[in-house]
Amino acid sequence: MLISITLNGKKITSDVSPDALLLDWARAQGCKSVKRGCETANCGLCTVFLDDEPVLSCSVLAVRADGRRVTTLEGLQEEAREFAGFIADQGAEQCGFCNPGFVMNALALFRENPDPSVDEIKEFLAGNLCRCSGYEGQTRGILNYLAWKKARGGEGAAT
Amino acid sequence: MKAVNRPLRKKDAMQLLTGQPVYTQDVAPENCLVVKLLRSPHPNALVETINTSAARKVPGIEAIYTWEDVPQDARRYTIAGQTYPEPSPYDRLVLDRHVRYVGDPVAIVAGEDEKCVDRALKLIKVQYQVLEPLLDFRTAKDNPILVHPEDNWEALCDVGADNKRNLCYHEESSSGDIDAVLAGSDIVIDRTYHTKACQQAMMETFRTFCTIDPYGRLHVVSSTQIVFHCRRIVANALGIPKSMVRVSKPRVGGGFGAKQTAVSEVYPAFVTWKTKKPSMIVFSREESMTASSPRHEMEIHIRLGAMRDGRIRGIDMYTLSNTGAYGEHGPTTVGLTGHKAIPMYGKADAFRFTCDVVYTNVMAAGAYRGYGATQGLFAVESAVNELADMLRMDPFDLRERNITREGEVMPAYFDQVNSSCALDRCMARVREMIRWDEKFPLRDLGNGKVRTVGMGMALQGSGIAGLDVGSATLRLGDEGTYNLTIGAADMGTGCDTILAQIAAEVLECPFDDIMVFGADTDSSPYDSGSYASSTTYITGKAVEQCALKLREKICAMGAKLLGVPPERTEFDGKTIYALDEAGTRGARVTLADVAAAAQSGNELSLEAACTHSSPISPPPFMVGAVELEVDLLTGETRVVEFDACVDCGTPINPNLARVQAEGGILQGIGMALTENITYDERGRVLENSLMQYKIPTRLDAGPIRVEFESSYEPSGPFGAKSIGEIVINTPLPSIADALYRATGRRFTELPITPEQVAMAGWQATDKRTQKTNTREDVNK
Repeated sequence: MLISITLNGKKITSDVSPDALLLDWARAQGCKSVKRGCETANCGLCTVFLDDEPVLSCSVLAVRADGRRVTTLEGLQEEAREFAGFIADQGAEQCGFCNPGFVMNALALFRENPDPSVDEIKEFLAGNLCRCSGYEGQTRGILNYLAWKKARGGEGAAT
Repeated sequence: MKAVNRPLRKKDAMQLLTGQPVYTQDVAPENCLVVKLLRSPHPNALVETINTSAARKVPGIEAIYTWEDVPQDARRYTIAGQTYPEPSPYDRLVLDRHVRYVGDPVAIVAGEDEKCVDRALKLIKVQYQVLEPLLDFRTAKDNPILVHPEDNWEALCDVGADNKRNLCYHEESSSGDIDAVLAGSDIVIDRTYHTKACQQAMMETFRTFCTIDPYGRLHVVSSTQIVFHCRRIVANALGIPKSMVRVSKPRVGGGFGAKQTAVSEVYPAFVTWKTKKPSMIVFSREESMTASSPRHEMEIHIRLGAMRDGRIRGIDMYTLSNTGAYGEHGPTTVGLTGHKAIPMYGKADAFRFTCDVVYTNVMAAGAYRGYGATQGLFAVESAVNELADMLRMDPFDLRERNITREGEVMPAYFDQVNSSCALDRCMARVREMIRWDEKFPLRDLGNGKVRTVGMGMALQGSGIAGLDVGSATLRLGDEGTYNLTIGAADMGTGCDTILAQIAAEVLECPFDDIMVFGADTDSSPYDSGSYASSTTYITGKAVEQCALKLREKICAMGAKLLGVPPERTEFDGKTIYALDEAGTRGARVTLADVAAAAQSGNELSLEAACTHSSPISPPPFMVGAVELEVDLLTGETRVVEFDACVDCGTPINPNLARVQAEGGILQGIGMALTENITYDERGRVLENSLMQYKIPTRLDAGPIRVEFESSYEPSGPFGAKSIGEIVINTPLPSIADALYRATGRRFTELPITPEQVAMAGWQATDKRTQKTNTREDVNK
């Protein structure tokens, strides 16, 4: 089937089989940040934005994205770097394999709820598994990032 | 210190966090053949006939291999990543006519895409002669069903193994007269504990791709912790010279020991060697859960003798370990159950440790963080907690009376002196952190829920004494920066970073001036690999010594440029000074000058290499304590908080050490409460996905707090010991003990499920109600 998807701002037309998953399609387009960690939609590694909603690309057919916008971490580098530094400052990236899905979903959280509580953070990101970090460093990094953003927001208003 | 003991960012952190293509599958050539395995549905069977003719006709199929393509009388091999000669028996063939567990490979299929390979897999017709399986490891020893009846089974080391008895290992060791000591003890705790074959469940499943390099050699690129062992394993499997194999690792998406076994490497290697075409295998999560290298299931029988005053007099331990269908890490994991758990109680008069490791028709076990110590510590610490309860002593107080202390000889730790130990300080700190004295033993919340606390201690090693080898090379390059090359494997732990910190500390240079490369068998110096908590302690020391050597060379070069003897120079990391007789600095050259001179008309190598091994394995220590909230009606158990204090010697990077600890603790919590492995009567693993095998999410535990109380280990780099493995151990006995306090039942099998807690909780509630009723009756 011929489909047309706007991937990271660039319109791509491709011929896909009806059972192709968005995950495999995105990787085939060179978006290697999109990872597969399971076959049961449990791990969150394959999180991408469909239009502006975070979805598990392992559970979305490529054809369902026809005519829509798909954003992977490759398309959010600047936004991701700003946040990611705070995770790096905790050493909580560890093996890194879950990082792209985690960062994507964290960015989705910040867009939806710019000032989340710890419980809201944990709730929102519950579907993003990480086997290395025990999550503590991720939470610390997120809280530091939010505090920094708030402080910077204040400065921005003053100038 | 400028670089050591500082929370620097991991060198690869931003690349990982921004999703750069750095893992095996990301860097594989696009034209790799897709490799998949047809796996046995039977736990014990012989392949009678296998018909691949229809499968071969599927368009796109390149090759299909069966046992007929593998000489069955060839020398067997092990896929355990261990120093040669491996203690693990040589019991594998690439494809074996005799399949020994549900999941054992029957055929290798390679084709141009996943679709054609999947189709071909369905078209292969296999007729099995189904044999009766041996599924219960308690009956395996001397069972008439033999898992490995073949004559070309081979044990390279004398480890008491005997395939005609289903025995993979046997050991007895002791000190003092344990029987007399137990007979003379006031109290003997006699319990049997059972732990399961838990999965490492690293996020990146097993995967490997292979190509033929420009010299016609096999290049294996794999997500592995053990590049050098992997080269030997692949060469053994294919029956080709080691020189024809090169193994490299890109970034590794987690290992935890799983990738200390060559689980996936042999299959694409076989395909690429035969076809001379690139090929790749990517294990599905289901394969990673059912045909991999999990923890050894163990049953541990403890008899622990003590006096009424709390003095622990002796520990008698028998461990039965289930290695499954193959013997990877079977002979080595089991020893740690005794040798890492018993030494904590160094004042005991006697100990005895006996163990058997047996073959069964389930998935082979392997290496998983903790490596037997986890299982042994669960047993010993649970027994000590039970003893405390029987003596009506506080578990902390009981341990204070018995623990090993710095400077003491540890009879159960190969008579080593305890050279660095802050276990006592760790204990005091955790007691404060969790506010134990306020919370112990139990608080009834009045709504059917109780809050209880429990604690446990842990010990592990730092590398394998006298065996593990770590190496480093350091080279001065342009503008006075350095290249550090290692053979240890950073699997997310951050060893590239902490090794660079050690080099930067010695060379007095900015951390960013050290570039790290690892690991590749063609270019890295030899290293046993990243396992056994060895990298910081062993390879770290090699890096330290290597950097010292390079400093000397830099001074020699500086001296040449300055026209003074080398001993009359001083190097401060940036500049080499000529010293006069009084030691006053005079003429100077910069490091950049030396680096430039090294590249021009020079015969003095500004590269140093160093290899290190240690005759001892100084143990890190740890204490952990948990507070649980237990719903006695539903059995729901919530970890309210977990507090821990670690003595890993000097933490080279406190951030990375902390995250190691936090992550390990959560894995331990999972092992204690949710991570189960069960087999059905046909030998199939029921927990074959992340849906059934429940690793903790971020909602499953309250805050995990970690602090450090550091001793200084004289033989380690800047006083460091290890951190990677010890951290998984304390949650198990802590949680089991807290649940005892909540329910009145001793849980001796992991995981402790809500169902078990509820069953015990109802009884506890009944008892309490009965007591209340009785009191009311009396009042009437």
